[in-house]
Amino acid sequence: MQSKTLYSVGLDVGTTTTQMVISRLQVENQSSGFTVPRMVIGEREVVYESPVIFTPMENQLVDGKAIIAFMDAQYEAAGLQKAQIDTGAVIVTGETSRKENAHQVLSNLSGAAGSFVVATAGPDLESVLAAKGAGATDCSRQTGQRILHIDIGGGTSNMALIEEGQVVSTGCLNVGGRLLKLDEHGKIQYKSPVLEGLTSLKVGDSPTLQELTLLAQLLCSALEMASGRKPETALLRQLETKESQRPWIVPEGELTVSFSGGVADCIEEEKDPFAYGDLGVLLGQAIRKSALCAAPYRIGRQTIRATVIGAGCHSTALSGSTVYRKNVSLPLKNLPVVQIPYKKCLEADFSAAVREKLQQVDSANGVLLLKDLPQMDYAMLTAVATQLGALPLQPLMICMEQDFGKALGQKISLLYPDKPILCLDGLLFDGQSYLDVGSPVGPCYSVVIKTLVLQKNE
Amino acid sequence: MNKEELTQLISNLLQQMDGQPQVKASDYKPLNSGPAPAPGDYGDGDFVQDVSALDLRKLYMVENPANGEKFRRLKEKTPARLGMGRAGPRYKTLSMLRFRADHAAAQDAVFSQVPEDYAQKHGFVPVQTKCKDKEEYLTRPDLGRCFDESNQAVIRKAVPNAPKVQLVVGDGLSSAAILANAADCLAAIRDGLKLKGIETGEVLFVRYCRVGAGDAIGDVTDCQVVCMLVGERPGLVTDQSMSAYITYKPHTGVSESSRTVVSNIHPQGTPAVEAGAYIAELLDTILKKQVSGVGLHLEG
Repeated sequence: MQSKTLYSVGLDVGTTTTQMVISRLQVENQSSGFTVPRMVIGEREVVYESPVIFTPMENQLVDGKAIIAFMDAQYEAAGLQKAQIDTGAVIVTGETSRKENAHQVLSNLSGAAGSFVVATAGPDLESVLAAKGAGATDCSRQTGQRILHIDIGGGTSNMALIEEGQVVSTGCLNVGGRLLKLDEHGKIQYKSPVLEGLTSLKVGDSPTLQELTLLAQLLCSALEMASGRKPETALLRQLETKESQRPWIVPEGELTVSFSGGVADCIEEEKDPFAYGDLGVLLGQAIRKSALCAAPYRIGRQTIRATVIGAGCHSTALSGSTVYRKNVSLPLKNLPVVQIPYKKCLEADFSAAVREKLQQVDSANGVLLLKDLPQMDYAMLTAVATQLGALPLQPLMICMEQDFGKALGQKISLLYPDKPILCLDGLLFDGQSYLDVGSPVGPCYSVVIKTLVLQKNE
Repeated sequence: MNKEELTQLISNLLQQMDGQPQVKASDYKPLNSGPAPAPGDYGDGDFVQDVSALDLRKLYMVENPANGEKFRRLKEKTPARLGMGRAGPRYKTLSMLRFRADHAAAQDAVFSQVPEDYAQKHGFVPVQTKCKDKEEYLTRPDLGRCFDESNQAVIRKAVPNAPKVQLVVGDGLSSAAILANAADCLAAIRDGLKLKGIETGEVLFVRYCRVGAGDAIGDVTDCQVVCMLVGERPGLVTDQSMSAYITYKPHTGVSESSRTVVSNIHPQGTPAVEAGAYIAELLDTILKKQVSGVGLHLEG
């Protein structure tokens, strides 16, 4: 089987900056040719990096038109057509995701970026992408270290706890370099609402260096608490983000802290405190002097670009290579995933149980994730297929980790010939998730799992 | 030939890997994840645990390791016998016993017969190659590829009209593989073919079967494609591995390069039903492109 190339785009519209990368993902067959194929993403190579621009804003709203114009210019500079883009992720992160028109902009951008580019927002995925983009997951996989990766941007800090190369937990705090903006005269031009109650400084004030340093140290101590390096106080709760499933992580045991995001560049480098007219440099210096850097730590392979590179290179995964699809058109976007223990399939109230699960995610249909499938023989396969096929779902969308996608889909199709079916295997994930399914890549499908991505074969 | 010589012969057979489909270590996966406790020390009079029931991939046996857990996780990626520890320059007792147990299982898989009532139980038509017993089967590969007149007549009667696809199950070198996988795999193949609108007739079960027997079946039935599920020569990882050999326009003397093979069908490799669904699709592709083997790979 020939190897295939996917072009993937990543666009990160952050609190402070907007950037875009285009990467090339090499899909190869890892099996020997005498067995069932096994397609995996091999090389991930960034082929184009845009300049980093300030996120265009207009009256406190994201200027979607300006971002689309920026994107078009990058495609042209990269010498690629939109039609050549196979996959990717557009993410609106940090404070920007709280702007009123963020959702509108996000879905417009996703449409404008290419036919299959997913729109994602949400700090959990962002944390995962930043950790992957900064190389923290690779580092953990290679060295066996337990790593807490912190991506410190303009508005938020995204945290990911990594064990054996897998992200096991994520968190997000309102700690960033641009929560306070100063004009060229050193006057406060903007103060983020999240700083309310933490400082008496207000718009129009001219703060001293010491006042700003104190504020930066305060923000830094929240990161120390979230990393388990300092006892928790009420401060941590005050800086939690409402979007994150778990606002912070307080891990126990030994770990290495790793940094990315724009502020990571200010940790080791000496810079003029007012170089960017914000808190970024001071926050970086506070981190260097804090408990976070008291033990060995690492600065990510990527810093300010970690999230966008994560979005461009690491958002896409592949399904298993023997899967089944009939009369389901692609791409499919934002499918809610509900988890069903396989044993439930064999019980009488299966249909009601599925309906209830779908109601919990406010959806009439979704992807059923079959958990803990055992080795199935043909009799068991038939029993499971009979129950699944009887569900009143159109189309019927199923996924699982174990290698039974094609056999199960085929059996359901034979029993219920009119049913549109999508049955994917090789996918492992947990928690509340959403799934995007792209076009076929050889025998498998490119997918984007929007959750804590506990992906196999990586 | 006495039993001892025969045992030696099997040993040699097991060591020759050429001609077998090459399978990468990464094609094997553990049955389930998580560590397994190493068996403790045995005292006098204790029963020794069944050594072949242990999942070696989850067992790390080196004493006082720097990072045993990390090594154990690496071990899950290969069926190779790594991190088994040692007693002086030698294997530990467990390693030695396990090695011999696996070797014995491999030999048993070759020597044991698929039960007499197997074909009848699954509704297959039983036939036998020119080999009269297991010993002849092992010593005369040529006889395992052809049928005498009476067996040819049975095949002709069972398959009167030249079918598109003739499905065959052959014992090959592992009866354990056939018992574990063939029926489930076949059921999934038939389902898949039915979905593609390809009807299949009687399934043949061939005793003392080599892959080449499919060519002789092609001669007799004039089928377009023969798909044979056959027990692979057992190794030390598993004795349950089955392969499917698919040949377009099979006939005696057909080149080996015209066979498409799907190997490694067993619980630790590709599950039987999933392999069956894949094989059904492959058969459809082969019928459409009218080529199998290397030619199919070249077509992409």
